[in-house]
Amino acid sequence: MSWFMPFRRRKSASVARERLQILLTHERGADNHSNLIPLLREEVLAAVAKYVTVDVDKVQVKIDRGKEISLLEIDIEIPCDPEPSSLKRRDRTSRAARSQRLAVSSAH
Amino acid sequence: MAQVVVVTSGKGGVGKTTTSAALGAALAQTGERVAVVDFAGLRNLDLVMGAERRVVYDLIYVTQGTVKLSQALIRDKRLETLYLLAASQTRDKDALTDEGVAKVIAELRETFDWVICDSPAGIERGSTLAMRHADVAVVVTNPEVSSVRDSDRIIGLLDAKTDSARGEHMDKHLLITRYNPVRAGRGDMLNVDDVIDILSLPLLGIIPESDEVLRASNLGSPVTINNPKSAPARAYSDAARRLMGEDIPMDFPTDRSGIFSKLFGRKAA
Repeated sequence: MSWFMPFRRRKSASVARERLQILLTHERGADNHSNLIPLLREEVLAAVAKYVTVDVDKVQVKIDRGKEISLLEIDIEIPCDPEPSSLKRRDRTSRAARSQRLAVSSAH
Repeated sequence: MAQVVVVTSGKGGVGKTTTSAALGAALAQTGERVAVVDFAGLRNLDLVMGAERRVVYDLIYVTQGTVKLSQALIRDKRLETLYLLAASQTRDKDALTDEGVAKVIAELRETFDWVICDSPAGIERGSTLAMRHADVAVVVTNPEVSSVRDSDRIIGLLDAKTDSARGEHMDKHLLITRYNPVRAGRGDMLNVDDVIDILSLPLLGIIPESDEVLRASNLGSPVTINNPKSAPARAYSDAARRLMGEDIPMDFPTDRSGIFSKLFGRKAA
């Protein structure tokens, strides 16, 4: 008899609706890119590793999904070389961390 | 040209088998030639359709070429245009190969107007096999959080795993089952608009929660045959006609209990 108790707690269906909307937005995003991220991570790593030593655990790949465009961000932490001589010829500007940003158009 | 329909849901126990039997029977009741095929991991469609004692050969026998399709098809005793192809109860489910299923579906397409595939629960191999060759998907959903979530995952899978060689997106429809207008009206159950909003699929029908559905499966008779005038049977028949392309106005189940029973808390019909 809700008209006697206007301040009663929220209806369970509206809570269910809200929880689902949040969860599914998250899951749909994850599904669309479930293959893309590991693939990119692997190939970009391989390309970078040709020139500099890279710690596999210090690589971060993430995607910010937007309406028109999504931003793909790849952070590769390149350690300060203990033996600078080995790197001299290849890359003198090696910093503690370097980030590369690529913009890719969204999948949809 | 035959239409292959996959009845799927992700979650188990939401009414896929009941729906396959009821939709198949409803289509056959209009004179269409219908084959209902059980892809489920456990054999149940034959039981719901009352043919459990007539199963000799199942789908696996046909995919492996042990018997001809015509030997495994079981003709319904009540409707002469309705046939059943049963699932295997005991044999290894890995025996179902993609090529074998493709061959059987192609053969069924030649003989029937409609092929209804009852998909197993889950998102593993069995359900992708069933959906791969379908033209149309009916996503069965209860107005309940876990069912809606699993339906959402199945919808994603339908887009990804279906025969992409055809280069087209599969036609997908939403069928809401076990809908209780009293609870939805009280705000204790997701209502029809909530479910459509979340899943964004066109609505094929709303099947009200009803004792008639259980009664029909007890008797081994699709609800559209057992009690054609009951609310769930009419809802299934309308859904079948919409599948056939007819423009049938949607019947939204409403709370039909009177003010008297509401006031005195009597159970709504």
